[in-house]
Amino acid sequence: MSQETESGPAVPAESDAAAAPRAKKGGAAPRSNARALEARRRFIRTAVMSTGVVGAGLAGYLPVAAQADNPRLRPPGALDENDFLSSCIKCGQCVQVCPVEAIVLGDITDGFGLGVPHIDSRKQACDFSCDAVQCILACPTGSLVYRKPDFLKIRPGAELAHKPVLKAKANDPEPTLNLIERAGLARLSRPEACLATQGKGFKGPARGADFTGQMRYMDVDRWAPIPVADHPYERDLCDLCVTECPIQDAIRLEVTEAADGSKRGIPVVMEQCVGCGVCEMICPVEPTAIVVDSRAVWEGEA
Amino acid sequence: MKGRFLEQIMLMLGQAPKKPVEITPEAQKIHKMKRLTKDDFEAMKQHVRDHALEKNTWRNRRWTVLILVNILFTFSFWLDIQILEGALTASRFVGFHLIDLNSALQVMLAHKHIIVNLFIGTATVFLLWAALGGRSFCSWVCPYHLVAELFEKLHLKLVAKKLVTDHEFHRGARTVMWVLFSLLAIVTGFTVFETLSPTGILSRALIYGPSLALGWVALLLVFEVVYSRRAWCRYVCPIGLTYGAVGVISPVRVVYDLNHCFHEGDCRKVCLVPHVLEVVIKGRSPDVKVPIGPDCTRCGLCVDTCPSGALKFEVKGLNKLL
Repeated sequence: MSQETESGPAVPAESDAAAAPRAKKGGAAPRSNARALEARRRFIRTAVMSTGVVGAGLAGYLPVAAQADNPRLRPPGALDENDFLSSCIKCGQCVQVCPVEAIVLGDITDGFGLGVPHIDSRKQACDFSCDAVQCILACPTGSLVYRKPDFLKIRPGAELAHKPVLKAKANDPEPTLNLIERAGLARLSRPEACLATQGKGFKGPARGADFTGQMRYMDVDRWAPIPVADHPYERDLCDLCVTECPIQDAIRLEVTEAADGSKRGIPVVMEQCVGCGVCEMICPVEPTAIVVDSRAVWEGEA
Repeated sequence: MKGRFLEQIMLMLGQAPKKPVEITPEAQKIHKMKRLTKDDFEAMKQHVRDHALEKNTWRNRRWTVLILVNILFTFSFWLDIQILEGALTASRFVGFHLIDLNSALQVMLAHKHIIVNLFIGTATVFLLWAALGGRSFCSWVCPYHLVAELFEKLHLKLVAKKLVTDHEFHRGARTVMWVLFSLLAIVTGFTVFETLSPTGILSRALIYGPSLALGWVALLLVFEVVYSRRAWCRYVCPIGLTYGAVGVISPVRVVYDLNHCFHEGDCRKVCLVPHVLEVVIKGRSPDVKVPIGPDCTRCGLCVDTCPSGALKFEVKGLNKLL
């Protein structure tokens, strides 16, 4: 191994400063030119690379803009969309505490939403089986909050009339969830497909035997959610979205009786709907007849 | 040695290394001695080299720590042992908040509101890495560092076969991008850098399962293999600069001893940030013992590589105890 000198081959060619005095001592001019050329090339290379990196970062805005009309459903207590994206530190602690694993993190296809939590209700809704909105408790940056800081305003219609009463806690001393705003609002998107509007009942596991979603059933175990597939239903007139809704006064079934005695029903979403998505998960129709519109606000009964 | 502190910070920000203005008499004596007795010097050097043990002590320790920390994150979730919950960007260690300094910075600048837990977590991590060496976060914890280190071996093999060449960038790029990403967070209100961070992507992938974002990490690795050695860590990653700034005040560092150095430059060949080892070049050491600057990741590769023990870890003020 050769002894390293100032111009040794192992030394990265960044000692421009070191090269200068040597050139003064009568060093060959072309060599200095070569250095200057390399320095210029390096500068251009660096500029191109930096622009590329920053550009790649900014490209993360495109999915955010594309999702603006149809935003993802965020966990309970989430700030408004842009505030949520800016304040979330992408750690997934909310994912870790959720007993039904409803919360999943965004991928690179979500741009700035990479690593930001959302809920795909149809696959696994938030059924509040944690009782206390654990994800809010877990959030280290205040992206999920019980109460927004004063400088963040609540959008009209996002505020609930009063704190939602959790059916599971109805007999507890404190039956409410500490939530002020809704995450979204349920909507009967395909009334023609809804079993109740057709006067049909439902029998069997709500989403088939292969469905992996879980839910807490108070009559089974208050503290341990079980697979929905293990809890078959039998209804003369389908009302799963109403009976399985975890929140009091959030949805009701309006039943009309025809002259021949046959009953038809229509699910009606009410003001206490928090947008948890259980109705969307449990709806036995494929594709679902009821959906949660993320960020939707209350504008009166439909 | 005067002014070296500031000079090392400027070096971290991208300035080219300078020759020392002042060299202490003791160091001058050694520099001179090394020139005068060339044959003896060469013989001594050969002797040391012949007796040098090939060792990977610090690398093995570091890899063990890095893997254990990341496994602890993973198992805390998978096995529900709840010791270290969260990901590298933010977590709880048995309940205590820990928040990555660069992620915290991005969130604070973008959201412009700091809640108590965010502050506590950030302060804890600041103190932790101020005590442990700043950029030691990079080499001892960051999962991308380990992956990039492995792919670097491939890059070096290809370079040796003359199939690829290493293209250097100006190290000032990292400083510029650090400023740009901070400004972008303030102006756009989005944590723009977090979308690119291979540290966050890898950490989350290890805990929450693979994602398409790993494609971006793969792209970076390919770039580093075929075009520019360790490009992300060297020229881009603002996390490194943030922790480097913390390392400015850290007592944990590698110290260079001119007495034991034969100026062969092996250390600079293995180093992620060879500009911090400018001091090992013959005639460049301003003193007999010189602490290596804050841009050093404290990875210990140079300590392992040096055949004559001229580079050693030191905890300032504790070296008598150790």
